[in-house]
Amino acid sequence: MIKIRIQSEAFNIENEIKEISRSKLNGATVSFIGSVRDLKSENLKNLEIEHFPKMAEKVLDKTAQYAFKNWNLSQCTIIHRYGKLKVADPIVLIITSSPHRKEAFKANEYIIDFLKTNAPFWKKENTEKRSYWVNQKN
Amino acid sequence: MKLLYFAKIREILGRSDETISLPSNILSAGDLIDYLMDLDDIYKTAFSDKKFFIAADEEFVEMDFIIKNSKEIAIFPPVTGG
Repeated sequence: MIKIRIQSEAFNIENEIKEISRSKLNGATVSFIGSVRDLKSENLKNLEIEHFPKMAEKVLDKTAQYAFKNWNLSQCTIIHRYGKLKVADPIVLIITSSPHRKEAFKANEYIIDFLKTNAPFWKKENTEKRSYWVNQKN
Repeated sequence: MKLLYFAKIREILGRSDETISLPSNILSAGDLIDYLMDLDDIYKTAFSDKKFFIAADEEFVEMDFIIKNSKEIAIFPPVTGG
């Protein structure tokens, strides 16, 4: 089963994991949570995430489909948020389940790495003094 | 043809979308960028650093992609999600 959500509201991590690990096929479940971190030099007021809705949905779905087949997953959940978020707020949740742990770990890492460079989301950091768009890092 | 802009490019252009009629000699995505840059300096400001990607009907395309049959072209900076 693949579950893709793009939403502004917070997600409930516990519920998402419970939902996915209920399946009898899952020997291993790996979860990744990406959160808003504070800046080193100044305080972050908020992080704005803009996205291209139709394309983001397609990219997340294709990525999940690929990982599902390639690493023999039994379940895969991707939730990505948009809008204004504060320091420590969760941005993205990726849960991968498979009969064995190696596949679940590999698939999870693949998904987050792929999303970072291919899913149409953009981050803007707003501090007390200025606002700027985050540059892509490798 | 409908054009969509996101993030920094949207801010520079001051609009998130627009509909334009393209001359018949504009065939590729690269032609479209050149055409827009000749049209107004604001596009030069938005595209001159060449740090942008193009998606035709929600699929990434290269500059030589023929846009004739595309309904919607999105132009945006490198993505920074996740």
